[in-house]
Amino acid sequence: MAQHTASLPGTALREDDIQSGRALTVYHEVRAAYAWDAGLAIGRYLDALREGHLLGVRCVRCDRTVVPPRAFCEQCFGPMDAFVPVADVGTVNTFSLCYVTWDVKRIADPLLPAVIDLDGTSPRAGILHLLGGVKPDAVRVGMRVRAVWKPSRQRRGAITDIRYFKPLRGG
Amino acid sequence: MSMRRAAVVGAGMTKFVRRALETPKELSWHAAKLALESCGLTLADVDAVCIGSAPDAFDGVHMKGEYLADGSGAWGKPVMRSFVGGGTGVFLGPQGWYHVASGLFDVVLIVAEEKMSSYYPHAQAAFLTIFDHTTERPLEPNLLWIFALEMNRYMQTYGISKRDIAQVAVKNKRNAADHPAAMLGEANITVEDVLSSEVLAWPVQRLDVSPVSDGAVAIVMASEDAAKRITDKPVWVQGVGWNLDTAYWTNRDLAYPEYVERAARMAYEMAGVREPRKEIHIVEPYDPFDYKECHHLEGLLLADRGRAPELVADGVTLRTGTMPSCPSGGLLGVGNPITAAGLMKIAELFWQLRGEAGARQVPGTPERGLAQAWGGLMQVGTVTILGTERPA
Repeated sequence: MAQHTASLPGTALREDDIQSGRALTVYHEVRAAYAWDAGLAIGRYLDALREGHLLGVRCVRCDRTVVPPRAFCEQCFGPMDAFVPVADVGTVNTFSLCYVTWDVKRIADPLLPAVIDLDGTSPRAGILHLLGGVKPDAVRVGMRVRAVWKPSRQRRGAITDIRYFKPLRGG
Repeated sequence: MSMRRAAVVGAGMTKFVRRALETPKELSWHAAKLALESCGLTLADVDAVCIGSAPDAFDGVHMKGEYLADGSGAWGKPVMRSFVGGGTGVFLGPQGWYHVASGLFDVVLIVAEEKMSSYYPHAQAAFLTIFDHTTERPLEPNLLWIFALEMNRYMQTYGISKRDIAQVAVKNKRNAADHPAAMLGEANITVEDVLSSEVLAWPVQRLDVSPVSDGAVAIVMASEDAAKRITDKPVWVQGVGWNLDTAYWTNRDLAYPEYVERAARMAYEMAGVREPRKEIHIVEPYDPFDYKECHHLEGLLLADRGRAPELVADGVTLRTGTMPSCPSGGLLGVGNPITAAGLMKIAELFWQLRGEAGARQVPGTPERGLAQAWGGLMQVGTVTILGTERPA
């Protein structure tokens, strides 16, 4: 076994090896642009967001109401039976205080991503969104929150038509 | 099952480093060559090749399996690259097994390679496209979010503290101090070091997380007849399992990985394991974050729900304990070149079960070990069980 040998293959480089030109690299930026179709179910979801409400979908066979909507039930593999409005009020299932951006830059004021279980959905049917209007150290699992919507003329049929979820008065 | 038996007969690996001078093919070649030499084989003895490598986006090379094929010893041979996210490295166990068990091939070379350093400025951004493009990506998520959210849910559900979980990082980084390929082995690291490290996405801190790494690992799997010709110490594949949940990751219980349990049950049934806590002697659960080791020990039915952190505190999962967990040092200590890190876990079982793990050797004579990996949007479970006893 190679582990008994003095040294395994693999040559570690330092950033300075590249900056100084001791190790040569080729730099390339991939150009990739996409326009993703929303699809049947999420298209309805986005329409509803533009109107200022949240839409779930119900499977009568599995007795399940879930968000985000989908065209088919992944469990029974039948079509989803009905779109149903769900409340823009829910409960924080879990959250994080995130001090780094997607490209690993430090930020002083943390982003507050959370999984939010919306009222009127089945257990374990939460959505990802952000919390706001709350001090980071005051956020708790189980906290009741309500969507803060953009004004109607600014809504364009996107998940960001909800700015964030903020605590209900009195928690 | 009317399948042929399969055994691991050789293994090799490169160092895991933050950034390697070697190209992905060169890393693959080194690991594959070492694996073949470890059991006295040459490329001429290899009937087929299995390759595991994570997203093409890391390398900016499309069809990475095809790119890696010659470096993995696949010139002119049947070859197949698999990819099931972070679970790929341990999925190579099932993949190699069915190549042999089916009767199609007698000797299969299995290579896992990852080079995460090429992506600029940081490999984390290569993961952004895993999130749903319409309902999640406009929120500008980063990869840490899913782990931080899952870790917090796990802690909240069972009342587990950061201190409880930090002990896993300490155990694994200390174990890695004895691994010649390790990036982050630290014999003297303490819980306080973990708890005082930089907060990335609370509750996740710097030392709760495994590093971005480059590296490659290879093993050789053989049919029973071939294995007996090659070695007098074959390590048998006793069970394999894998399972995928949907990508609706916010729609499941983030405190418990049911898909890992389903993968484990598949593997236990095949291996004839009825009491996993007694019959699994060494475990290499996937530990890209310290809490994940706990999460996975529970999903593997090796700990009660919410109780895995106690196993470290009680010494059960230390290298000298009754069920050593990550004796290699794991991803937290050896490093995390994604698929290579998963296959490293299978290689570690091979060395441990043959008594060849050197300074890392667990005491006694372990007869059975389990490796597990995880991936995707909290949705992939892969399991491989190896043992010294020939399967029935």
